[in-house]
Amino acid sequence: MLTVERNRPMASSISPIKDNSIYTVRNFNLWYGADHALNDICMDIPTNKVTAIIGPSGCGKSTYIKALNRMVELVPSVKMTGSIDYNGQNIFNPKFKVEELRTSVGMVFQKPNPFPKSIYENVVYGPKIHGIKKKQILDEVVEKSLKGAALWDEVKDRLHENAFGLSGGQQQRLCIARCLAIEPDVILMDEPTSALDPISTLKVEELVQSLKKEYSIVIVTHNMQQAARISDNTAFFLNGEVIEYNKTDQIFSNPTDKRTEDYITGRFG
Amino acid sequence: MSKSVSEIIKEKKRRKFLPGYLEKAAPIIFGICAVISVFTTVGIIFTLVIETITFFNRVSIIEFITSTDWYPFTEKAPSYGILSLVSGTLLITFIAMLVAIPVGLSTAIYLSEYASERARRIIKPILEVLAGVPTIVYGFFALTFVTPLLKGIIPGLPIFNALSPGIVVGIMIIPMIASLSEDAMSSVPSSMREGALAMGATKLEVALKIVLPAALSGIIASFVLGISRAIGETMIVAVAAGSTPKFTLDVTESIQTMTAYIVQVSLGDASYGSTIYYSIYAVGMSLFVFTLLMNLLAQYISRRFREEY
Repeated sequence: MLTVERNRPMASSISPIKDNSIYTVRNFNLWYGADHALNDICMDIPTNKVTAIIGPSGCGKSTYIKALNRMVELVPSVKMTGSIDYNGQNIFNPKFKVEELRTSVGMVFQKPNPFPKSIYENVVYGPKIHGIKKKQILDEVVEKSLKGAALWDEVKDRLHENAFGLSGGQQQRLCIARCLAIEPDVILMDEPTSALDPISTLKVEELVQSLKKEYSIVIVTHNMQQAARISDNTAFFLNGEVIEYNKTDQIFSNPTDKRTEDYITGRFG
Repeated sequence: MSKSVSEIIKEKKRRKFLPGYLEKAAPIIFGICAVISVFTTVGIIFTLVIETITFFNRVSIIEFITSTDWYPFTEKAPSYGILSLVSGTLLITFIAMLVAIPVGLSTAIYLSEYASERARRIIKPILEVLAGVPTIVYGFFALTFVTPLLKGIIPGLPIFNALSPGIVVGIMIIPMIASLSEDAMSSVPSSMREGALAMGATKLEVALKIVLPAALSGIIASFVLGISRAIGETMIVAVAAGSTPKFTLDVTESIQTMTAYIVQVSLGDASYGSTIYYSIYAVGMSLFVFTLLMNLLAQYISRRFREEY
């Protein structure tokens, strides 16, 4: 596990900054059946920063963040080697409880996926399954989470209406609120704005900016301007490998790898 | 390549085999077929109503609905109190649902949430076989296998009783509830499951707190259809429940259901035009009302509990 650097000439592939890392990923490989989807990934996630992952479709960026909360295991044929440490603990250790990991690592999906329940019930779902029953606490959680997701003012008068009555952008912010309700440390976002209109996208982007004070955020995006606007660090994935991982302004102004430059200048992908 | 596709299409159109009038006649032919079922329904209801009215000209409707004595074969003073038959039917239905709902629903949860593709490929066809067994076979299964088995547990159980056919009717309904509930649960989008799992929910929590509520309207509809089926079930009860109309809740006694009574009379115990003859229409009408109410209930419930997604 510690001999990684030997294979990795560029220290920047591991982490662009020397700060605390919440995730330490070493020599991580992943296969879907015979398809080698992630190849020897060494990539740390710094605490309380926004980390963007860019790359063309099928490059493994979604697979990577789904590995971080082990959601990737829902695919039956998946096989993994290497290690992912979360706060110093190997998440693939059999003693490590996946439910606990997912409680402190929230996820926002590409398409908004609220539950077919009221707005209120959507937000309190997480706290409720983790045993919080007191109405007073739940009420507070709902207000705090919806405010955190910049949705409170729009929905405070109709908390008990079905969440499917909200617009797509509101639904996505509700999913973020649902995620905030269990007070995670990390929020994984898998192309959270790809199904949204520009105004909703802007709102979600502003939200990400305000959330990074308290949360470590990993965001997968197709939109390079978005990565440039909102992230502190950016990783460029190609064919299941991390090609370059550096401070965002560095990546976009002065990429060291030719392939990164080609991608961000729009020559492919 | 001598001709282009558009040329071939033009040529085919000119030599079109189906004449234009068929295009016009088609909806009429299809429509007539659709109307056949409507006419059949109307016809059946009409016959039921006419014969039932004849019956109520001879027997008081109040007695029919409120009396618990069903002795149509008594020479001197026959009495027609349908409550005995209704209680028999409900007793069977209740026992059947007690068996079918937990087993059927658990099967559905297993198939939709837990089973591997392989397990599903094995279990589903077997369930369909269970659904395809003729009910007369179930009847003999109840009489010659389940009843002796129950006798070992409950000494003194009579050969004809409500318990054994009730259980077997339940077994018969399991595939229906399992398969309809499974359909309802499988159609819950997996993005919802992922959303809950990503928040640290366990598989069981996802199944019970996300998928089950989301599929509830379909699941309840399957229960109600199961109840309808149990109410209308004939062969199993005619074979194994006996023919003793009795107003009772005791599952170990021999009883008679509405359907079994109709079978008994239809098999030749009554002459045409006699009160007994007309009584089967009245009983049939009651059955029809029961299942109709159940279907209306199913519709109401599936609208009431629908979680939009």
